[in-house]
Amino acid sequence: MKSAGPTPSAKPRPTTSAMIASIAAEGQRTRPAPFGNALVELARSREDVLGMTADLGKYTDLHIFAQAFPDRYYQMGMAEQLLFGAASGLAAEGFMPFATTYAVFASRRAYDFIHQTIAEEDRNVKIACALPGLTSGYGPSHQAAEDLALFRAMPNMTVIDPCDAHEMEQIVPAIAAHRGPVYMRLLRGQVPLVLDEYNYRFELGKAALLRDGADVLIVSSGIMTMRALEAAKALSDDRVNAAVLHVPTIKPLDAEAILREAGKPGRLVVVAENHTVIGGLGEAVAALLMRAGIHPAFRQIGLPDEFLAAGALPTLHDRYGISTAEVTRQIKEWLR
Amino acid sequence: MMATPTLANAPTLAQRARNIRRNALLMGEVQGQGYIAQALDIADVLAVAYFHAMRFRAEDPAWEGRDRFLLSNGHYAIALYAALIEAGIIPETELESYGFDDSRLPMSGMASYTPGMEMSGGSLGLGLAIAVGMALGLKRKRSASRIFTLFSDGELDEGSKWEAIMSAAHHQLDNLIAIVDVNNQQADGPSKQMLGFEPLVDKLAAFGWFVQRVDGNDLGAVVGAFDAAMAHSEPKPRMIVADTLMGKGVPFLEQREKNHFIRVEPHEWQLALSALDAGEQP
Repeated sequence: MKSAGPTPSAKPRPTTSAMIASIAAEGQRTRPAPFGNALVELARSREDVLGMTADLGKYTDLHIFAQAFPDRYYQMGMAEQLLFGAASGLAAEGFMPFATTYAVFASRRAYDFIHQTIAEEDRNVKIACALPGLTSGYGPSHQAAEDLALFRAMPNMTVIDPCDAHEMEQIVPAIAAHRGPVYMRLLRGQVPLVLDEYNYRFELGKAALLRDGADVLIVSSGIMTMRALEAAKALSDDRVNAAVLHVPTIKPLDAEAILREAGKPGRLVVVAENHTVIGGLGEAVAALLMRAGIHPAFRQIGLPDEFLAAGALPTLHDRYGISTAEVTRQIKEWLR
Repeated sequence: MMATPTLANAPTLAQRARNIRRNALLMGEVQGQGYIAQALDIADVLAVAYFHAMRFRAEDPAWEGRDRFLLSNGHYAIALYAALIEAGIIPETELESYGFDDSRLPMSGMASYTPGMEMSGGSLGLGLAIAVGMALGLKRKRSASRIFTLFSDGELDEGSKWEAIMSAAHHQLDNLIAIVDVNNQQADGPSKQMLGFEPLVDKLAAFGWFVQRVDGNDLGAVVGAFDAAMAHSEPKPRMIVADTLMGKGVPFLEQREKNHFIRVEPHEWQLALSALDAGEQP
């Protein structure tokens, strides 16, 4: 992130490996705390909605819910196994807990608790986790590069990777209307606002074609849809027409939409995800296409199978190929 | 609903405990193996829980007003099934299906399989965390129901147990009664040699619980502990540390070494049932 230096001699501001960093680009339209605000809105009409966290209320925007409904908010302490076990218990008693922490802690530390007490028992718990994929520069302890793969593999679990504030506001009531366990990635703080310009509405289990194009189909989820849309604009300057199919529900996958779009002849298919290339949307789409006998030229944009570096997010997104510039560059290269 | 222990009801509980042991042995015989020594050690506690302390409706295991029983140590399923059969929640005829394909009585307890089974155990250390959530939920609903949860001393090795122990005290869950079965036997050997947990009473009291330690095979003492746990007035969760004897009631199983998961020869099941009948005349 460059800031215009006041004098030519001023040193560029050093970038840092902060734990919490906004994924919004400078000057981008944003909306604050869409998850927290949407949950407050939902809780006004549904008395069974509860908020729970493991010492990360402020960092998952759940503090907004805590302020609005202090008696429906459970601070469980920094104890993620307890958080999800207790969420299961509250769900067993008929409540609908929204339990928040960081994606690394839900997917890695508390996996067995979610697997056994929530998924296996099919409890109506909504798990909302901040810092998904590579959205922290703090290093592997806080970079949840494999969360989608882990939760995709869990029976009964619905898995959602939202793109922006507009979508997150719609996801909250949509998953409340769905009975059963849900894992949703959470973007917190000042969250980019993108999809409101695309006449978009979130529908659980549905992919959405946000733009069409004859040369390349980008299948994407999460913040990579934002990047894909930006890349598509950049590519159009070079007369490359990119379609973008946004797939916010990673599981269950919208097989029909993916097969319909990927089955159209003559397009390179690129899956872009803020996740390791192992076990996420990319491999899910690849397997789907293989099973259906559809064999387009296929490429993956995603995080490498390695422990990611600490550093500033823009640096890291460039290094690992998920920045807009890198998405654009790779697609151009593949189309050459 | 608080019954006081009397000489009049003690024989009834003894009878219940013997029937639970008998049901467990019959299921063990079906498969020729199982966590039968644990079922025998915990039968007295289950008898008191189901036939002295807990409110339930046999014909409606999901009745909202019931007391919840969470079996954290899922491998004790054989014991809980034995109690659920004795309670009339599971028909006695299902006993023969124990552990077979498509049975509602799998070897490890799972909520989705069995009426009256409130949680899926098997992976140890889950139950008390769920119990905390349920106890919070019951308080939200202003329900008078209680949570009873049983776990094994080996589960004290799991960090998650201590998260929940802290949490239950923090939230003053006086509607939660936990029972830890100290039979001092884990998969690899004596529990206290695996990871020491004593002095358990002092430790749990320091964590903010109302704690009692009893001989878990002394029915009168167990009744007294349940009564005191239910009557206690401090806003604290309640723990009953139950010292038990593996294989209790069947002398040759009590003495069998390495009895965490035992094999019993076909001819021994009848001997075990006979020993039970001979030894436990109230």
